[in-house]
Amino acid sequence: MIDRIERLGRATLDVIGAIGRAGLFLVQSIFCLPSREGFYLWIRQMHFVGVMSVAIVLVSGVFIGMVLALQGFTILVEFGADEALGQMVALSLVRELAPVVAALLFAGRAGSALTAEIGLMKATEQLTSMEMIGVDPLRRIVAPRLWAGFVSLPILTVIFGVVGIWGGHLVGVDWLGVYDGSYWSNMQDSVDFVDDVLNGMVKSLVFGLVVTWIAVFQGYDLVPTSEGISRATTRTVVYASLAVLGLDFVLTALMFGDFG
Amino acid sequence: MDDPIMVEVKNLHFARGNSEIFRGVDLKIPLGKITAIMGPSGTGKTTLLKLIGGQLVPDQGQILIDGQDVHQLSRRSLFKLRRRMGMLFQSGALFSDLDVFENVAFPLRVHTDLPNAMIRDIVLMKLQAVGLRGARHLMPSELSGGMARRVALARAVALDPDLVLYDEPFVGQDPISMGVLVQLIKKVNLALGLTAIVVSHDIKETLTIADYVYIIADGKVMAHGTPQTLDVNDDAHVKQFVHGEPDGPVPFHYPAPAFFDDILAPAGQLS
Repeated sequence: MIDRIERLGRATLDVIGAIGRAGLFLVQSIFCLPSREGFYLWIRQMHFVGVMSVAIVLVSGVFIGMVLALQGFTILVEFGADEALGQMVALSLVRELAPVVAALLFAGRAGSALTAEIGLMKATEQLTSMEMIGVDPLRRIVAPRLWAGFVSLPILTVIFGVVGIWGGHLVGVDWLGVYDGSYWSNMQDSVDFVDDVLNGMVKSLVFGLVVTWIAVFQGYDLVPTSEGISRATTRTVVYASLAVLGLDFVLTALMFGDFG
Repeated sequence: MDDPIMVEVKNLHFARGNSEIFRGVDLKIPLGKITAIMGPSGTGKTTLLKLIGGQLVPDQGQILIDGQDVHQLSRRSLFKLRRRMGMLFQSGALFSDLDVFENVAFPLRVHTDLPNAMIRDIVLMKLQAVGLRGARHLMPSELSGGMARRVALARAVALDPDLVLYDEPFVGQDPISMGVLVQLIKKVNLALGLTAIVVSHDIKETLTIADYVYIIADGKVMAHGTPQTLDVNDDAHVKQFVHGEPDGPVPFHYPAPAFFDDILAPAGQLS
């Protein structure tokens, strides 16, 4: 019994310690002063983290839009409301699916790669040697990656939404025969820039920060062995996905939960 | 030792979990000399270098580099102090996304405002010194272990540091690379007049280049002196280590129950 309590206590302390380390790590790396060199490093990471995720976001966006249109049509047509297909596709994408699915894909592609890259740098003593050269790895390695993730996920989310709406059009209008004009005009009438588009952007900014934070911290804090790297990479994808889904509920409740 | 002191370790205590690695270590590293820190594997030699470099914090005691207490410095001052230090890692620790040239140029680019033409000249001079000027376009993954360590040496001395820390520079090297590294460490030390700390358990090679030697075992300094005085030291520990005897105060066998009892233990009782 005492043994179990001890184990529980130790595990709790470990979790609290990790949260504390992760918080300090975020504060220390996110407030690094920008320099000309830092800007180049950030641009390079934008390419690695953002540009290289565009393909997967494009493909997934089109398919999600197509599926939404197909599923939506089969329900709406029963009520003779198939004209509202554009509204349904756009609102689902802009409010929910674009920020959430883009963030999940981002965690799987860019997040795991960031963890593995930083972890391997740690395992091969590259981070230590950087410290010994007098260069802070938080500033040179972590900060550009953190900012790149924070900036690129909202852009990826916009791309996801746009191609999703196009995919919905492809299925709804070109295939199933919904009237083109009503697809667009219903969308224009119902999608509000502040309530829907900006709220979706706020979500993806939060997800961008959280997913990248988890990814770089897991890489920086891992046990520098091959097993350690593999565990940390898995943890990144699991924690980041759960964090995205959990935070999505919280943010949705804050944004749309006021029914009073 | 009447030479001026570059690094001073005072009453150093350090533990990892329950295992105590250092129990009151005192060292004085003289300026401009090569000092070797030797000892059996697992005595914490690399840990000592990390403590000197400020990457680990001691539980008790002080480490002074040129009079500054490493562990009392702010993060910014510590990084400033590290610019005066070079470290050669066991694995080389080259940056895998940069080629050989850029690896050596890295400290110059981040710490100086030198024009590109001058950085190029300095890097080529350093690579010439380690014999790898022709390998400047190769990536770290294309280098052999010995070459990687030579590039790492060129990078460690790129900023002409005052102090260079060598972590097991001879481990896993073939005889030719080993000979090259021994010569290089001596040559670099003489040419730049820097202070060197070589952590190693390769006795023969280390004793040929060291001016002064500390032997560490069981968390303490067991003996120290010039290579000549250690060679004739009568202490059983020192004799066993310096002459590479398989058994002695450091036992060949890991602690175990009596061999006879172990063999005759009932079948199925494996431990």
